Amino acid sequence: MTPDTIDFQIMWNRLIAVVEEQATTLIRTAFSTSVREAGDLSAGLFDRQGRMMAQAVTGTPGHVNAMAESVGHFVREIGPQSIFEGDVYLTNDPWMGTGHLHDITVVTPVFRKGVQVGFFASTAHVVDIGGRGFGPDGREVYEEGLLIPISKFVERGTVNDMLIRIVRANVRTPDQTVGDLYSLAACNAAGDRRLHAMLDEFGIDDLDGLSDFIMTASRAATEAAIAAVPRGTYRNTMTVDGFEVPVEMVVTLEALGDRIRADFTGTSGMSTYGVNVPEVYTRAYACYALKCAIAPEVPNNAGSLAPFEITAPEGSILAARRPAPVSVRHVLGHLVPDVVLGALHAALPGTVPAEGASALWNIQISARASDPDSGLPGAEILMFNSGGTGARPALDGLSATAFPSGVSTMSVEATEHVGPIIVWRKDLRPGSGGAGATRGGFGQVIEIGARDGYDLWFNAMFDRVDHPARGRDGGKPGASGRVELSDGTKLRSKGRQQIAGGHRLRLSLPGGGGYGDPLARDSRAIAADLEAGLIDAETAAKVYGWQGPRD
Amino acid sequence: MGLPTIRVGVDIGGTFTDVALEGPGGLVTGKVLTDYAEPERAILTAIETAAREAGIAPGDIGQVIHGTTLVTNALIERRGARMAFITTEGFRDVIEMRSENRFEQYDLNLQLPVPLVPRKDRFTLNERMGPKGEVLLPLDPSEVRAMAERVVAGGYEAVAVGLMHAYANDAHERMMADALAELAPGLSVSISSVISPQLRELPRFNTVIANAYVQPQVSAYLGRLVTRLRAAGIDAPVFLLHSGGGLISVDTAAEQPVRLLESGPAGGAIFAAGYARAHGIDRVLSFDMGGTTAKICLVEHATPKTANSFEIARTYRFKKGSGMTVSTPVVEMVEIGAGGGSIASVDMMGRIQVGPRSAGSEPGPACYQRGGTEPTVTDANLVLGRLDPDGFAGGAIPLSAKLAETAMGAVAAQQGLSEQDTGFGVTEMVDENMANAARVHAVENGRDIEAFTMVAFGGGAPLHACRLCEKLAIDALLIPPGAGVGSAIGFLRAPFSYEATRGLFQPLDGFDADLVNTTLAAMEAEARAFVDTGAAGEETVTKLTAFMRYRGQGWEIPVPLTQDRFAPGDEPALIAAFEEAYRALFGRIIEGLMPEITNWSLIVASRPPEPAPVKRVTDGTPARATRPRRFFDAALRRDVEAQEIARAEMTPGSVVEGPAIITEDETSTIVTSRFRAIGQPDGCLLLIRKEASA
Repeated sequence: MTPDTIDFQIMWNRLIAVVEEQATTLIRTAFSTSVREAGDLSAGLFDRQGRMMAQAVTGTPGHVNAMAESVGHFVREIGPQSIFEGDVYLTNDPWMGTGHLHDITVVTPVFRKGVQVGFFASTAHVVDIGGRGFGPDGREVYEEGLLIPISKFVERGTVNDMLIRIVRANVRTPDQTVGDLYSLAACNAAGDRRLHAMLDEFGIDDLDGLSDFIMTASRAATEAAIAAVPRGTYRNTMTVDGFEVPVEMVVTLEALGDRIRADFTGTSGMSTYGVNVPEVYTRAYACYALKCAIAPEVPNNAGSLAPFEITAPEGSILAARRPAPVSVRHVLGHLVPDVVLGALHAALPGTVPAEGASALWNIQISARASDPDSGLPGAEILMFNSGGTGARPALDGLSATAFPSGVSTMSVEATEHVGPIIVWRKDLRPGSGGAGATRGGFGQVIEIGARDGYDLWFNAMFDRVDHPARGRDGGKPGASGRVELSDGTKLRSKGRQQIAGGHRLRLSLPGGGGYGDPLARDSRAIAADLEAGLIDAETAAKVYGWQGPRD
Repeated sequence: MGLPTIRVGVDIGGTFTDVALEGPGGLVTGKVLTDYAEPERAILTAIETAAREAGIAPGDIGQVIHGTTLVTNALIERRGARMAFITTEGFRDVIEMRSENRFEQYDLNLQLPVPLVPRKDRFTLNERMGPKGEVLLPLDPSEVRAMAERVVAGGYEAVAVGLMHAYANDAHERMMADALAELAPGLSVSISSVISPQLRELPRFNTVIANAYVQPQVSAYLGRLVTRLRAAGIDAPVFLLHSGGGLISVDTAAEQPVRLLESGPAGGAIFAAGYARAHGIDRVLSFDMGGTTAKICLVEHATPKTANSFEIARTYRFKKGSGMTVSTPVVEMVEIGAGGGSIASVDMMGRIQVGPRSAGSEPGPACYQRGGTEPTVTDANLVLGRLDPDGFAGGAIPLSAKLAETAMGAVAAQQGLSEQDTGFGVTEMVDENMANAARVHAVENGRDIEAFTMVAFGGGAPLHACRLCEKLAIDALLIPPGAGVGSAIGFLRAPFSYEATRGLFQPLDGFDADLVNTTLAAMEAEARAFVDTGAAGEETVTKLTAFMRYRGQGWEIPVPLTQDRFAPGDEPALIAAFEEAYRALFGRIIEGLMPEITNWSLIVASRPPEPAPVKRVTDGTPARATRPRRFFDAALRRDVEAQEIARAEMTPGSVVEGPAIITEDETSTIVTSRFRAIGQPDGCLLLIRKEASA
C-alpha cells in the first residue's frame, strides 16, 4: 500500500499528537517549576536529515527555532558514523541549545529495522545547574554553572555513569536535575514507541515521503501568507531599561514576497551581566512575533520556519558572543516581539498590538531568619507575574497576562505554604492601561512581606520601569513599573536587595500601551472601566473626553 | 433497607429528556423533547408515558433519580443570579486575573472569558488568615455589619463569600454569612469553606461563585419539580446524580447546585461501569458520541475515574484553559468537539479538518435536507455506505445521498479526490482526533489504552467505535442495548454517595496525626449525614484519598489510602502509598525527597445494586442477514461487500463475521472486516478482533 494524500494528512495529524504526548510526559514528570507552570520545555520529531517535522505547542516561544536548529548541531558533533541504536545525546550549551545553561536538550535517534530514520528531541529547564544559580550576576558563562558539551548520555543502551557523576557533583539538587535528564530521555522514548506504532499501521519504514509532504505544504502555506505582506523595508527602534545602561533594540524587516528577513543591526552591545541573549533565542522570539501576525495557523516545522530569516550582529546584546553570561536572557528576549511587531505595523496596519509589559516580572525571594541562631529554616520562593499586554486594533489589551511568554502564575495560597512570606495584595493596578480607542491591559500590584522572624532578599530584574510600553497610532503609553516598599521608599529595579522584617515590598507592574485616539473610545467602554474602578473620573474626562453616560 | 422496587431515572439533555423506569417487569425507556420553559413538564410527561407502558400507576414509583444540564447551561449562557462576591482585601481580582496565561499562543486577538461577577460587584474585607488557619489580621465585626448592609442595600439575589485560606479556618466566612443571614434571612449565601474547602484560591473562588450564581434558579426549579411530582401522585423521594457519580438528596442539591454540573455525562459513565461490572471487565474505556461532542472516560474496577477539579464552559474550541476551573468532585471526562454534526473543512496547509464547529440539529448535516450545505461527519458516513438513507432514525428522517455528495464536493474539489475518498478522509480524521484524545488521556493517567475494553453508546458511537478500536489496538468492544438513553439508565445504577474535601497541609516530616484524625472525623460525619438522607441504615463504604506531591512540586497526585485514621509512626505507610501511586503514573520515584499532603477527599457511599453477572458468549451460530450492503472499510481503504443484520436478530450466541452492519432504529453498528460480533445474554453486542479471538 503506498501512502496517498489522505494517509499523509492523517500521519501528520498523528505526529502532532505524538509530540504532544511526548511533551505531556515531560510536563508531568519534570521537577522544575518553570517546566510545569511556564511550559518551559519543548518536544519535537526530526527526519533523518535533521529537519524538524513536528513540534509540541507549549508555553514558550523561546524554543521555537532553537529546537529546530539543535539537532543539526548534534549530528555534526556526534558524526553520522557514531550514531547507534540505543543512543541518547544531550547538551546544555546555550549557543547550541536554547540560550542558557538551565535548558537541557536531549536527542534520541530513531531506528527502524536497523536503519536510522529520524530523531526525537526534547528540552526542559532544570531546577539547578550549579554555578551562581539562576540570576544575572555572573560575568562570564563559566560562573553560571556546568556546561555539558554535546555528549552521549546513553550509548547502545548503557548509561554514561561518568557524565551522571559529573552532573551530580556540580548541582545543588542532584536528584532532581539528574531525574529530569531521565525524564527527557523517557519522553523521547514515549514518542519513539508511538511513532513505531504509526509506521506499523501504515506499513512504511521511513519518514522521507511524509517529511517531504509536511515541508512542502507548510512552506507553501507560509509563503502564501507572507505574499500578503507588502514588499518593502520596514525599520523600528525601541529603547528598554536593560541592566546597567538602557538598551536600544533596532530591527530592519525586509518583506521579499516569499520570505521575510529580519536583521537587528544597530542594536546595543553586550552587557557585563547575564542579560545577554544568544542569537538562537532572539531568532525564536522574532520568529514567534512574525508567525503570530502573519501565519498563526501553520504549525512549527522546518518548512514553515524557513521563510523567516533572522539575524543579529555577533557581539550585540541580541547575539551574545561566548563566553558572555546569558542566564536571564529571557528578560530582553521577551521584549524582542514588541520591536519586531512595531516594524511590521508599517507593512500591515491594523494587525499588530501596541507594546506591552512583555518582560515577565518574576520574583525570586530568599527568606532567611532575622536571627541566625533562631533555627528557623530558610526558603526559596519563585513567583511568575505579568503586567498588561498592548491594546489590539479592535480589542483592549489583556490585563495581567503573559505575552509573548506563555507563563501561568501560581496560587498565592500554595505559595504561602512554600515559604514564610505573606502576599498581602495581588490585584489589578487601576489606571495603568495606556489610554486609546482601545485601551492597554492593566498591570497588577503585588505586596509581599515576611512572616515574623524573617527577612527577605529578592533579586530584581524588572524592565519597563524607565521606558514604558508605547502606544500606537495615537494611543498613550502604559504606566511604567514601580519597585518600592509599601511606605513609598523607592528600590532599585535591578539587583539583589533586602526587605527587612516589618516592611513590605510593593511591585507595581507595567500596563500595556493604548491603540488609537483615546477620544475615539466607545463611551460604553469608558463607562465600564469607570464603573469597575479601573480608571478614575478625572482620566475619563481629561484623557477620554467623557461627558457622562449617553443614550 | 433495600431499594424500592420501582425506580425511575430522568435525564434532561440539550435536545431530549430521557427516562428509564425499572421495576419487577423489567426496564422501560423513552424520550421526549426537552421543555426549555418548564423542564419539569417534560419530566412528568416522560415519567407518565413510561409508567403507562410499564403498566404501573405513577403512585407506585418508589424513587425518582434526576440529572440535568440546567446548571451547566445556566453558566454557559450566563443566565444566573445578579450576585455579589465578598473576598479578602488585596484579592478582588483573582477571578479576573485567572492564571495570567493565554490558552492559545498564536492568536493576537485572543479573548479571555469574562468573570461571572463584574468588578463593581466584588467587595473586600480587611481580614487575613494564614496558611495554617492562624488569624493574621482579625476581622472587625462592625466592618462585617457594614458590608452586610451594603450588600443587602445593593439588591443582590445571591452572595458568594470566598476569603483567603478559608479552607483552613472558616471563622471569618461564617461571621460574614451570619451577618447576612441576620439582616436578610431569605438571601442566598454560599461560602467557600462549605462549597469547596480546598487549597488554591482561584478554583475555590470560582466554585463558590458558580454555586451562588445558579443557586436561586436551581433551588426554585427543584422546588417546582417536587411540587409537580406530588400533584401527579408521585410521593417518592427525589434524588439527584452529582458530578462525582453518586446520589444526593434534592435538598442538598438545592444548596450545592455546583455539584450537579456534570450529572448527565456522569450517568453515562456509570452506565458503562454497570456493564463493566456485569461482564467482569476490569478496565473499560467509556465512549459516548452524540451530534456535537464525544466524551471519553476511564472506568477501572467498575468505578469511573474521578478528579477533584475540572474546567467548565470552555469558550474556545473546547481548548484547555478557555473555561473556568472549579474544584468539586467530578467523574473525569475528556470532551472532544467531534460528533455526527461536526463540519469538515480544508485548512491553509490543504489538510482536511473536522470540527469543532457543528451543524447541530438545526440545520443539521446536509443530508437531513433541512437547509444544511456544509459537509459533516454524518454526510461522510452516508457517502461511505455506513448509513442507510431510508433507515435513519427508524426511517423517520429520510437522508439524501445526493445532498451529502454535493456538500462533500467542495472539500473533494480542494483535495482533488473523489467524494468517496473525501468522505473517508473526513471520517478518518474525526476518528483520529477521538483516538488521539483517548490515547493522551490514558497516558496522562499512566495507563496503556491497549489493555482496555471499549463500551460505546450514544447515537454516533456504534458507527465509529470499531474503527476507533482498530486505531487504539483495542481487542474488544461492547455495545449495550438502550444506548440512546444510557445516562438515565446509569442513574439507576448509582450509589448514594457524598465526597467531603478539605485543604489540610501536612508535610510527612511533620505529620500531625491528631489534627488529621479530627479533620477526617469531621469530614466523615459531614459525608455520612448527606448519605443518610437517602440510604440510612444501609451498608456503606468509606474511601479516603490524599492528594500528595514531593516537596517542591506544584501539583498533587491522588493517592488512595487503605486506612482512614492515623497514629504517630504511620508516615512510612503514607510514603509507601504515595510512592506506589507515583510509580504507577510516572514509572519511577525520586529517592531522598519528602512527600507532603495538600488536600484530602473522603467518600462515604452505599453499595450500588449488584448487576447479575453475564456469562460472556464468544461463539455460536451465524445470525440471519437482512440483505447485502456495501460500505467503505477504512482499514482496507476500499469498499467491502457486507451483510446487514437487524439488531433484534442478534440473540445470545448469534455471530456475525465482519464486514457487517447491525441496524436498529436509533443507530447502526459497523463491524469492520477485522472484527466479529456476538450477541450476549444481556442484549449487548460484543465485537472481538478476529485474530485476538482466534
